[in-house]
Amino acid sequence: MGSLFRSEEMCLTQLFLQSGSAYDCISELGEMGMVEFRDLNPSVNLFQRKFVTELKRCEEMERILGYLLREIKRADIPLPEGEVNPVAPLPKHVLVIMEQLQRLEVELSEVTRNKEKLQKNLLELTEYTHMLRITRNFVHRSAECEPPQVQYEEFPFLEKDSMMDYSSMQRLGAKLGFISGLIQRRKIEAFERMLWRVCKGYTILSYSEIDEYLEDPDTGEPTKSVVFLISYWGEQIGQKVKKICDCYHCHVYPYPNSNEERNDVVEGLRTRIQDLHTVLHRTEDYLRQVLNKASESVYTWVIQVKKMKAIYHILNLCSFDVTNKCLIAEVWCPVNDLPILRRALEEGSRKSGATVPSFVNRIPSNDTPPTLIRTNKFTSGFQNIVEAYGVGNYREVNPAPYTIITFPFLFAVMFGDLGHGVIMALFALWMVLYEDNRKLKRTRNEIWNTFFEGRYIILMMGLFSVYTGLIYNDCFSKSLNIFGSGWSVNAMFESGNWTWDSTLRTNAFLTLDPNVPGVFNGPYPLGIDPIWNLASNRLTFLNSYKMKMSVIVGISHMSFGVILGIFNHLHFRKKFNLYLVLLPELLFLLCLFGYLVFMIIYKWLAFSARDSQMAPSILIHFINMFLMQGDGVPPLFPGQVGLQVFLVVIALLSVPVLLLGKPVYLYWLHNGGANRIGMYRGYERVRRHSEEELSLMRANDMEEGSVPSDLSTSREQQKEEFDFGDMFLHQSIHTIEYCLGCISNTASYLRLWALSLAHAREYQHTTSNCILY
Amino acid sequence: MAELSFVIPMSVMTLFWGIIGGVVPWFVPKGPNRGVIVTMLVLTAVCCYLFWLIAILAQLNPLFGPALKNDTIWYMYYHLP
Repeated sequence: MGSLFRSEEMCLTQLFLQSGSAYDCISELGEMGMVEFRDLNPSVNLFQRKFVTELKRCEEMERILGYLLREIKRADIPLPEGEVNPVAPLPKHVLVIMEQLQRLEVELSEVTRNKEKLQKNLLELTEYTHMLRITRNFVHRSAECEPPQVQYEEFPFLEKDSMMDYSSMQRLGAKLGFISGLIQRRKIEAFERMLWRVCKGYTILSYSEIDEYLEDPDTGEPTKSVVFLISYWGEQIGQKVKKICDCYHCHVYPYPNSNEERNDVVEGLRTRIQDLHTVLHRTEDYLRQVLNKASESVYTWVIQVKKMKAIYHILNLCSFDVTNKCLIAEVWCPVNDLPILRRALEEGSRKSGATVPSFVNRIPSNDTPPTLIRTNKFTSGFQNIVEAYGVGNYREVNPAPYTIITFPFLFAVMFGDLGHGVIMALFALWMVLYEDNRKLKRTRNEIWNTFFEGRYIILMMGLFSVYTGLIYNDCFSKSLNIFGSGWSVNAMFESGNWTWDSTLRTNAFLTLDPNVPGVFNGPYPLGIDPIWNLASNRLTFLNSYKMKMSVIVGISHMSFGVILGIFNHLHFRKKFNLYLVLLPELLFLLCLFGYLVFMIIYKWLAFSARDSQMAPSILIHFINMFLMQGDGVPPLFPGQVGLQVFLVVIALLSVPVLLLGKPVYLYWLHNGGANRIGMYRGYERVRRHSEEELSLMRANDMEEGSVPSDLSTSREQQKEEFDFGDMFLHQSIHTIEYCLGCISNTASYLRLWALSLAHAREYQHTTSNCILY
Repeated sequence: MAELSFVIPMSVMTLFWGIIGGVVPWFVPKGPNRGVIVTMLVLTAVCCYLFWLIAILAQLNPLFGPALKNDTIWYMYYHLP
């Protein structure tokens, strides 16, 4: 199977890059995308590395690009849809891009500032217009409301002149002042109360609400404002009123003295507002133009800057050699990809026009290489699910190819509805057929993206659900009767058990008896018999069936997983693991739970309706097995008690073997046998790769004089210590985890029963409550 | 009769999933995905066959029958063959 069965074979290589062509070589390697760089400067602080200035420049560009993207999105300008994948730009082109970006940023910020100022201006003028309009209504209204009175000579202020002007007030001997402005609606009551308390009735406040919403300049939200007009007597009061207005953040505008003045101001305001609108439009057009031009290339720049940043980050991981002319990098590379790696280096050297080519050298290592598993668009979804639980070690068996089938199958066991399965499969099929459609691939909706990424998983789940729905005989919570039910009602009548008058009319529910000949004609050939859908004791039958099915499926699944471990033990050449770890594990699992499965199947086959009165409960037998009590209940089969004791003893014995076998054996290997210590010490402790290969390579290196990196030698020393305590602790944790896990995981497979029950009932309730109404 | 109605479905299904799991893998063309496809076929056959087998074994010797409403019984007696 190649790469999906277990992870790829990796090798550690050293790259020697000429400093002139380092950037291009790494760019080529990045496009190839198959190598992992090791950090050769772990002790150096991030800020002291060599290419820090370039990284800072990249981050500055990223900041500007982020700002640009935000502005473009705010202006609702569509971004180009096409797939762009530009290569990283050469360092000499970087300055050009940087300059362009900076220019764009400056222009954009200036234009936005201007626009904001203009908008603020416009708001003020609009408010002033509203205020003038409404205060005119105040004065008119008050004049209309007053009934015609006898006019006294001394007080001619009730004449047609509807405006209270200074002259009439001066006759009264008081200096009348006006303050007018706008205040937010939610503050108006508090304002009024404050005015009353402070000025003790020497002010008159009239106010009225503006109908339309005005934008609040601070928050940008539409708020309702109220226009007020305060008329006051006296200078002192005027000061107090002004202070109160300041306190409540009112926008105060000058109140015109006479009608003519008011009309002039209104005219002036109108022209100014019109001018402002035009200027604002022009500004917005210009802004859009700038953003449009930027939006064409913004994605290209984003990707280029990202690639550049990645290249400098990788360059920071490399170290310079003694002559300072060449960069050394240590790289994990799959063995199969070594030729591609060489070609990429040649390409990079050629592109940068270097005279001396960069080359690659394979070096031996004792470190654990990283795990690489190549996936295609179909298998990547399942591999991601498996990796969510943990990434396997190097060259361990990969559980992903099996989850391609088992994961959708177990989902389908829980889903189990033919109709819903068809809908699900069609939905996934649509996504798969149109997967190349760019609009589907590129949406920003998170939830849709999740579904789209898992389209193959959903397709498999739908297809298996169709099958399990067929077996459960559940199609939109109704049963299909393809082959004819195995249960016959007629036989109950013919045998005389039921009569028309007495039995049928007096009983609401009647149970068919399989003991009566002719009632049960054999099991339904494909799945659950459709008559159970009509029965009131349907759940009694289905629960028993589904629980036993869950246990059988669960034990099979778990045994399969344990058996897969054989491949690991054989590959890593630890045959002792087969006898000391795998065998006890299997024995424990199968002696206890495999026997349970056997009992289930035996009961299905051996007990029929004839002995239904004495059919034993498997659960009670299972519990009795552990308590070693066999006497209370009749046995399932002869010799059951003896067999159960035997199985329990084997299972209990396998636990200490699992716990102690491996540590004791390894301890004996490590210490026992005098001739083992000495010459072969170094040879023996290396367990990772093939031992001979490694020692040969070491010998070669010492002859050629090349030096493997310092780090790998120091790490080696630590690993070769055989720590019995550590090994024992590890093994005891594994034992406890395994034994407890067997029990709890078996029980947790009962979720297959629980969820399929929930799905069926849920849909049934939905149909009966919603659709039938 | 009861025996026959069990033997026929048993042999048909065993044959069907046996072909899918045992014969078709030999005909999968050689390519990078051969291993994955063979694994998928074998696992599908095993899982689906096991699931069907459990369903039919559970119903082979029923210990009790369905409890029907008398309306249903009346309908079944008169309208079903």
